[in-house]
Amino acid sequence: MIGIINYGAGNIFSLTAALERHDIPYGMVNKPEDFDQYDRYIIPGVGHAGSAMHKLEETGLVPMIKGLTKPILGICVGMQLLTQFSEEGNSVLLGILPGKTLHFSDRSKLKVPHTGWNKVQIQREDALFDGIDDGTYFYFVHSFYVEYNTNFTSALSEYGIQFSAAVKQNNYYGVQFHPEKSGESGEKLLINFAQKIA
Amino acid sequence: MVAKRIIPCLDVKDGRTVKGVNFVDIRDAGDPVELAWQYSKQNADELVFLDITATHERRKTMVELVKAVARNVNIPFTIGGGIVEISDADVLLNSGADKISINSAAVRNPAFIDELAAAFGKQFVVVAVDTKFVNGKNWVHLNGGRIQTEIETEDWIKEAQERGAGEVLLTSMDHDGTKSGFDNMLLKKINDSISIPLIASGGAGNVQHFIDVFRESDVDAALAASVFHYGEILIPDLKEELRKNNFAIR
Repeated sequence: MIGIINYGAGNIFSLTAALERHDIPYGMVNKPEDFDQYDRYIIPGVGHAGSAMHKLEETGLVPMIKGLTKPILGICVGMQLLTQFSEEGNSVLLGILPGKTLHFSDRSKLKVPHTGWNKVQIQREDALFDGIDDGTYFYFVHSFYVEYNTNFTSALSEYGIQFSAAVKQNNYYGVQFHPEKSGESGEKLLINFAQKIA
Repeated sequence: MVAKRIIPCLDVKDGRTVKGVNFVDIRDAGDPVELAWQYSKQNADELVFLDITATHERRKTMVELVKAVARNVNIPFTIGGGIVEISDADVLLNSGADKISINSAAVRNPAFIDELAAAFGKQFVVVAVDTKFVNGKNWVHLNGGRIQTEIETEDWIKEAQERGAGEVLLTSMDHDGTKSGFDNMLLKKINDSISIPLIASGGAGNVQHFIDVFRESDVDAALAASVFHYGEILIPDLKEELRKNNFAIR
């Protein structure tokens, strides 16, 4: 069963609705003792990475997240939290991935936020993308991105520059796009996380 | 490369979809959740709901609509109509809305854009602008085009961007309902002057109009209502034509 890290950063209605449509069981992780009830986790997140990190710290869940050996999937800002640092508020983050979260506008001439459907180019075979074609469109909405890094970027997208659309390091997964808003391909990815990641 | 978006717009009153051939004359076109689901199956990229309910029950019906859509539909959607305070936006966010659209409330109180962006992030805030060409200039209009303001459209859109709009939905009242094509010249001018996504609205009558608006103005998305609702344009056919014309299309 999936435990959703419940720290108040953005709404999770659409995420839980997507899980419910596919009969994927889930519950909430509110305090450190709750981790034991679940075999995998999702860190949702919308909004400001710095304030999201602040809220996460207030829950007291950070040491448990850093020490996890079970699979955990960060979505959007939830993925950015896995990096060392964000230019959004110059915030120190969880530091699980050896990379940074940067702002588009300094490096891409395109419109910010990056809003809409973009192609995801799979870099490494991974059960998360089982049954999902290379080059499938997913829905993005973000102004900051996790830099491309061959050590942990498992899928990339291009928006003026190449950035991490998905990351993986050991049991830590992340997607910058919103699988709960990415049509059937997004739902497929959520099902894969629930059923195929060991 | 980010894909050009095709967005059906559903006007909703008292929980039912309506769309007039103009802004005054309206007729019923069905259940909004059913329609939304149909559109997601047809590969629409996003949906916009404009709630025109006028009663004091409005907020309750909007929340019910947003929840029902979020439960059943797996693509992003925007909800607009009568959002005048932070608490309106907050309840819609928590009911599953991806974005909210504000129009008159932003013109009457521009600081509302700043407040929404600060509270929820720019990506949540769509500023909808109704524009009409009068005496050689484009002016912002309110109340479905009935009230002309003294604000020039281009100036207002730049201000909205400065204040924290994450996207602009621009409807040409001169083109809306005419099915004669989008206002490509104005859209190009606005699109070239801003650095946030622009959604074109007003005037779609056939597939060629979508090709033209993307080619001539390079807007990020094109929105239409009746041509989709009455099946005059089928979204899969439209997208196929756009692909043939070398646009990035999902």
